[in-house]
Amino acid sequence: MSERRYARVEITGEGPVLVRGPVEITVGDGAVVRSERPVTALCTCRRSRRFPLCDTSHRDRARRSRDGDA
Amino acid sequence: MSATVEKPPSAQVAAPPLPEPRGPVSSAVLAALRGAACPECPDVGPAISAANPYRDDIQLAMYCLYELHYRGFAEVAEELEWEPALLAVRRELERSFLAGLRRDVPPGTDVQAEIAELLTEPADVDGRGVSHHLMRDGTLRQLREYLALRSLYHLKEADPQAWVIPRLHGAAKAALVTVEHDEYGAGDPERMHAELFARMLRALDMDDAYGAYLNAAPAEALAEVNFMSMCGLHRPLRGSLIGQFVTVELTSSPGSDRLVRAMRRLGLGPDAIEFYAEHVEADAVHEQVVRRGVLAPLLAAEPELAADVVFGIRASVHLAEHLESLLLRRWSDGQSSLRRQLPS
Repeated sequence: MSERRYARVEITGEGPVLVRGPVEITVGDGAVVRSERPVTALCTCRRSRRFPLCDTSHRDRARRSRDGDA
Repeated sequence: MSATVEKPPSAQVAAPPLPEPRGPVSSAVLAALRGAACPECPDVGPAISAANPYRDDIQLAMYCLYELHYRGFAEVAEELEWEPALLAVRRELERSFLAGLRRDVPPGTDVQAEIAELLTEPADVDGRGVSHHLMRDGTLRQLREYLALRSLYHLKEADPQAWVIPRLHGAAKAALVTVEHDEYGAGDPERMHAELFARMLRALDMDDAYGAYLNAAPAEALAEVNFMSMCGLHRPLRGSLIGQFVTVELTSSPGSDRLVRAMRRLGLGPDAIEFYAEHVEADAVHEQVVRRGVLAPLLAAEPELAADVVFGIRASVHLAEHLESLLLRRWSDGQSSLRRQLPS
């Protein structure tokens, strides 16, 4: 094992980018958001109501048909 | 209450009282827990096999036997946790419950297709679940009822899934523990999800004591928690426990967001809202960790578990639908889903 610790980032290819460890995120207007979670999911689709954090708004939405089957 | 020293709520670790029985099987189990000598120990095999496993009597008997592995009950000997006669009864109950679920849930092995289905949300305007109803026009009384039922799990949130840890290995174990660590507040007891839930109950003037709403909870609510405990406690059901965990973590974030909006609409404050607000963000992360970190390496190591994972997902969805349809049916009739009414 190397002594050097790299920040680990995973590009999921579907919605968020996953970042390991506590992170400090600076958003467009200069505001700083801190996350203490062991893993943080950063929104890349811009649909999150909790931007810059993912809230799963990237998911497909299905409209139900009239007779109720999804 | 006889306690005279006031303690902060999170410091209290009281075992709940035994519940009221709901039929012959739960009566026999409760009598045994109260210390009936074992010659009188229940020969309830015939009653169990004759009963519908989803009914109150069976689900309550199972719930009480599982509870011995968690917090126990006041005035019940702790040693009964491993009493062979009670374990034999529990085994009969589990066989009956599992047989019912296997009969009602179609088998499958395509885990990815199940995941894709769980990840597709109905548009909010079309959703017909309990959280959609509460978001749109649920009343405060209905919200409190929902939280009373949810308290059975959330006051021991993450505990049933913790049983599976020693049954996993390598990457899957590390990732599951990452999620569990977050559920337990990542080292901060004030941030434990169970504690956030208790704080929410207090903010709504509800009882935050462990087990306070057991007598109020219908069989449908007990069955969901029993399924978690059963899968957690049986190594052969480890794949199904992971399926259950996946189901909760994948569906919780959007549902929690609807409950946050329900509470804002009802004018509730931050102590009430924090639990579900935390779950919107936390479970958006947990979804990714559970899929990529737990499920993928588990199935790579033990591909034969795919059918059990699918069973865990489908059984969880099936039981959740039972509970949701009970709530919505009762509410649309202007009734309560609880067996005991909440003080107004």
